[in-house]
Amino acid sequence: MPAAGVVLIATIVAIVLVLVVYLVATTLALRTIATGLNETIAAVGEIIEKSGPVNDVVTTINQHLDAAVDALEGLLVKKAGLDDAVGLVDGLYPGAAADGLRNFEESRNVTPPRIGEVYTKGTLTLARLGREAPIAAASPSGPALRNTTSGSLAARQLYPEVRQTRPERMPRSPVIGTDAPAQYEPSPEPGVRRRMPGNGEPTTERTTSADAGAV
Amino acid sequence: MTLWWIGDFVLLLVVLPVVVWLLSGVLREARAIVPSIAQIRDAARAGSKDLDAAPLLLTTQDQVIKTVEGVADYGGSLDVILDDA
Repeated sequence: MPAAGVVLIATIVAIVLVLVVYLVATTLALRTIATGLNETIAAVGEIIEKSGPVNDVVTTINQHLDAAVDALEGLLVKKAGLDDAVGLVDGLYPGAAADGLRNFEESRNVTPPRIGEVYTKGTLTLARLGREAPIAAASPSGPALRNTTSGSLAARQLYPEVRQTRPERMPRSPVIGTDAPAQYEPSPEPGVRRRMPGNGEPTTERTTSADAGAV
Repeated sequence: MTLWWIGDFVLLLVVLPVVVWLLSGVLREARAIVPSIAQIRDAARAGSKDLDAAPLLLTTQDQVIKTVEGVADYGGSLDVILDDA
């Protein structure tokens, strides 16, 4: 065999060897890719299976919540009126009046009354908790909100306080401080005031000083 | 004979380097896909694991229904107790 033929055969063998090496390495890489894709497909199948009922459940939850919101909005507007309802919502969640009530398009045009300045923070907290507010307990037949622009006195008079009745004579202010003749108001029972200032009637109101944390 | 040698040199100096260059490119790209596949697989597994809590939505659904029923009862009572505006 001539030398050129030997060189030809050797070159072809070298080319085949290179082909084998690279193709085997490529096959291994593709097998790794196929295994990874199979595992990915299995995980994606689990995701599809697990997330299948989510849409229906979330839709049902949203429907119930929408119904509750509709009912509460309707009740609020029915009981407080549209203006005061918007004002109450804006008092609880500042800025919410701009969005208005969902089922009352005209509520977006309402200028919310400044109810937050008429109701005290505690009253708003009670309203937020859904409990009966003192402002309604004192005058249950009256409007829920009154004189919202300058009606602080009307709201203030609903709370029990002797000075609200403007009695003719009020007891003098007690001497307080380290030189006071009596460090504490004398009382037959701790935490119970002997009489309310101004009317002389005994009362069972507990003073703030009777709180364990204040003593 | 000269043509044989020319063919040998062409095979050795042209064909073989071209084959090596092409196959190395294919292998390099195939190996570059492997880390991406591993990341996709890990993300899919993590997503599947995150959805293990999806059945709890049924409990949430029941609780929402009960809560809305309670709110409806409470609102009905308020509707009776309070005067309209």
